Amino acid sequence: MSTTIFDTIVIGAGPAGLTAGIYLARSKVKTLILSDGMAGGQIILTHEIANYPGIEKISGYQLAAVMKKQALNFGCELKTNVRIASLDLQSTPKTVVLADGTSYTTRTVILAPGGRPRMLNIPGEEEFKGRGVSYCATCDGDFFTSKEIVVVGGGNSAIEESISLTKYASKVTVVHQFDYFQAFPYIVDEAKQNSKIHFVLNSTLSSIYGKDTVEGVIIRNLKTGEEKPCKTDGVFIFIGYLPNTEFLKGHVAMNHAGEILVDKNMQTNIDGVYAAGDCIEKRYRQITTAVGEATIAALAIIERIHQNHL
Amino acid sequence: MLYTNLKHIETANELKKIIGENENVMVCCGRMGPMCVPVYAAMEELEPEYPHVKFYDMEFDNPEAHIIRNDPACRGFMGLPFTMYYKNGKVVKATSSIQTKEQIKAILDSEFAK
Repeated sequence: MSTTIFDTIVIGAGPAGLTAGIYLARSKVKTLILSDGMAGGQIILTHEIANYPGIEKISGYQLAAVMKKQALNFGCELKTNVRIASLDLQSTPKTVVLADGTSYTTRTVILAPGGRPRMLNIPGEEEFKGRGVSYCATCDGDFFTSKEIVVVGGGNSAIEESISLTKYASKVTVVHQFDYFQAFPYIVDEAKQNSKIHFVLNSTLSSIYGKDTVEGVIIRNLKTGEEKPCKTDGVFIFIGYLPNTEFLKGHVAMNHAGEILVDKNMQTNIDGVYAAGDCIEKRYRQITTAVGEATIAALAIIERIHQNHL
Repeated sequence: MLYTNLKHIETANELKKIIGENENVMVCCGRMGPMCVPVYAAMEELEPEYPHVKFYDMEFDNPEAHIIRNDPACRGFMGLPFTMYYKNGKVVKATSSIQTKEQIKAILDSEFAK
């Protein structure tokens, strides 16, 4: 078993983790980023980003590649596709042990494990995944050319993807649990003006049925409890994200949703342990907010190290 | 172009050659999308654990990928990626859409047991 000591270990290599790596390594803070997948996080899955300041349009994959290159060029170490077996965040120094037995010690930690799409968890969802149930309009939209589909959700992703899916589908029915939308009003207005999009509000799906592929859904009205079948060829689900914090339960304070609680410096309830990005408790989840939070966490760590408050 | 660390298959003939020369082959046919990338990542992680299995990807929009898109095992598939498992040149399992590392591992263990 080998042991290496770092000033900071960043867990997660999405925009938050890579930003922290850039700031820390540039300030000569010995930094290691650990990621259970490829570097980039959820942004590598985004077809096009048009609201990142200073860049008119860029694919998520390209933006992540530049962030990764910046971090590495400043001297940050990066290990991808690694699994964390155990953590000791309370001690000084702190310890991170990987599944392969490699052990690292570090003075500080930034938690930036990101999030993942939430599932409906209803009968038929897993059975018809890839046979009519989808979570990605960009990936699977063209399989539904001239077909009727149901979209579940009322946030920006759901409404934007509903509009996008009208390029393929003959009819898009948006099923949403409230009588209002969380999506930005201008996106909702665009959807309402699209003749292919129809809305079923105060409702959710209770099941998805079919034989080889999806043939229909059961829609339940959340106010009356009434259930009605609705024939459809596909179901696209966009109902938000879950934080990837299961492995941190018992280590840091979280809210009921598993989101990590932080102070104004992005520090958790444990001294020297910070968090940033989609894993923390907050209202808005954007690349820019993740980058901002990681910047704050990194600067706080740099200040600690320079003041020898470790 | 698929930006993965897996070996890429570019042509239908290349795929035929690979499955003809190797007993156990897994091929993920997709794009760089949210349902596909996690499968590539899982394959990259699993590759060292399964030295008796060859791991490849193939771009779904490559016209040569018709060999997978039109495979009878993919009938009814409506979600990327199409993931194929070949044993002795024959399809023994095919899945549509995202699969977790655990789901892939279960298929590898059942279809490609040593």
